[in-house]
Amino acid sequence: MSSILKALHFKPLDGVRIVVWSAFALILLLMPLAAQSSFALTLLCLTGIAAIACMSYNMLLGQAGMLSFGHAVYTGLGTFVAIHAMNKIVGGWWVPMWLIPLVGGFAGLAFGALLGYVTTRKAGTPFSMITLGVGELVFAAALMFPEFFGGEAGINSNRTGGSGWLKDMGLTFGPQIQVYYLIAIYLFICTAAMYAFTQTPLGRIANAVRDNAERAEFVGYDTRWVRYLIVMASSFFAGIAGGLTAINVEAATADLLHGVRSGGYLLFTFLGGVGFFFGPIIGSILLVFALVVLSEFTKAWQLYVGIIFLIMVVFAPGGFSALIMLNLRRVKYGEWRKMRWPYVGMFFFGLIALWGFAALVEMAYQIQVAAGSGTALTVARIPLDAASTSSWLIAVAVLIAGGVAFEVSRRKFQRVWNEGEEHIAEAIKKAEAAIV
Amino acid sequence: MYALELQNLTKNFGKTAIIRGVNLAVKKGERVAVIGPNGAGKSTLFNLISGRFEPSSGNIKLHGQDITGKRPYEISRRGLARSFQITNIFSRLSVFENLRCAALFASGQKYSFWKPLSKLDALNDRTEALMASLELKRRRDVPASLLTYSEQRALEVGLTIAGGGDVILLDEPTAGMSHSETDRFVHLIRSVTVGKTLLTVEHDMGVVFGLADRIAVLVYGEVIAFDTPEKVRADPKVKEAYLGAVLDADMNHAAMAGAAA
Repeated sequence: MSSILKALHFKPLDGVRIVVWSAFALILLLMPLAAQSSFALTLLCLTGIAAIACMSYNMLLGQAGMLSFGHAVYTGLGTFVAIHAMNKIVGGWWVPMWLIPLVGGFAGLAFGALLGYVTTRKAGTPFSMITLGVGELVFAAALMFPEFFGGEAGINSNRTGGSGWLKDMGLTFGPQIQVYYLIAIYLFICTAAMYAFTQTPLGRIANAVRDNAERAEFVGYDTRWVRYLIVMASSFFAGIAGGLTAINVEAATADLLHGVRSGGYLLFTFLGGVGFFFGPIIGSILLVFALVVLSEFTKAWQLYVGIIFLIMVVFAPGGFSALIMLNLRRVKYGEWRKMRWPYVGMFFFGLIALWGFAALVEMAYQIQVAAGSGTALTVARIPLDAASTSSWLIAVAVLIAGGVAFEVSRRKFQRVWNEGEEHIAEAIKKAEAAIV
Repeated sequence: MYALELQNLTKNFGKTAIIRGVNLAVKKGERVAVIGPNGAGKSTLFNLISGRFEPSSGNIKLHGQDITGKRPYEISRRGLARSFQITNIFSRLSVFENLRCAALFASGQKYSFWKPLSKLDALNDRTEALMASLELKRRRDVPASLLTYSEQRALEVGLTIAGGGDVILLDEPTAGMSHSETDRFVHLIRSVTVGKTLLTVEHDMGVVFGLADRIAVLVYGEVIAFDTPEKVRADPKVKEAYLGAVLDADMNHAAMAGAAA
């Protein structure tokens, strides 16, 4: 599978590119219409911010092959500086509130220049270790300097302060929808800028350093300087995400800097897929879904996220974006239609097996964690009782039956998939031979 | 002034002396083959010249300028490029991107991020032309890791010459190739290194005689002979180092093959 992933490239033609970007803008514009509740709007805002953060993280991981364990340092410090700047605005500064994300961005850039100078001295595993250390150091510092970080309670601000002609026209950031559109505009510009960056000499050399740092040195590049520049660029966009967080939640606490948050960026960027530019956007949707939506449904949400991560690392290391691109490739070579029914079968039995598994997990949690609220529960609207043997037997039976049926349909799917792969390989060979 | 000059160069790994006082002066435009038995220090010598290792003592001069102990990227920027015995390419990038990356710094772009690559017409044209001369055109958008072995060797040489360096070091460029591939490849190397100063490490005597104006014989970290192929072949010291007759027969045979090619 990995060799197939390597063969994939995302390079839309100019016309396609215009369509893709227009569609992206249109989606951002119309999304609030679909969001009927204020909760849904909150989710959209969080997703937009997470998308910028995950894309900035992928500048390190996907583009330059730098596995950072401390990305939350730059988003978090961006938020803190932005909150302080917001308080200055409330206190009478002339800067309009909509520039606050840029303040966060430049704070991220400054800290990227400062801390990145240390972290980028090494590549590979030492780099990861140093980022881990720097992350811990900054988190510890946050609790040591309450004047700036506000200690345990953090610091607050008010996004409706300040002045400016846009504010006179009604842009007060009082209503959440105004915050949403601010995030959407920043998201669009940052996405375009980060994409453009991948198409520049420095962006491409980052790929070269990722693939083979030694050879990059022998074609004239100081790889340490490349890493340093990439960390600074990444930190700038991370800081913008941090600045948007400051406007969105009007508060900053030390946990914004914590390693758990850095780990979240890593995990969900990976799930979305590091091999394609749009992968982290998918990752950010998954991130908000898991942290906000899934955690409402079940106490065991971290267990499910962990299992999904595990399955993806083993079976689909390219993440969801690679799965999408593999299927688009099928469509391109006219090989997709054959896979419809195998897909349906696999998903149907997969869901049944999933229900059995979820029932077991939820019943175990009900007994172990939520014992106070009785033993009755529902899984996907089906009532179960964690105290009754029959519920457990049903769950186990469904898991086994679903699992076996899933495995059978998965093998069938694999067969059809491999056949299609051969057809595509032949088609590519023919196309190559036609080039003179 | 010499294109490349090595003065009393030594390299020790711990107490083991690998390069023991090498002196070598290569004129501009000269094609030199470095030969010698296994373990003589040929690859180490290239690693010293190109900055991969730092010499223990002695000097390396490129166009009269001292480059001893400089980092690989500094040496590369001064116009010395090298290839590797074990293929050393950008595995996930396409053939075209590989070659363009190798030409990028020398093209003056350095670390720029304010201009899209697609607008760099001169660079892109040059990369296409180089790709064509390497006979890799039909593999343009294939990731380097999916190329065949001999295609990867061609790309390896391509990465070396893409930056336009005028002193080229090729470390066993034909290693692992079949005879017919080797013949084609030697032609390729000749054609893409016209007018450049060339140093190659080579085991294949056919390649040596096909490519070299002069041969440097490296034995136990010392250059025991540095002369034209005919004179090196007649040199008793070289014969002795190679246990005489074996090399003699080998070289005679190869010389004929080289002359025929």
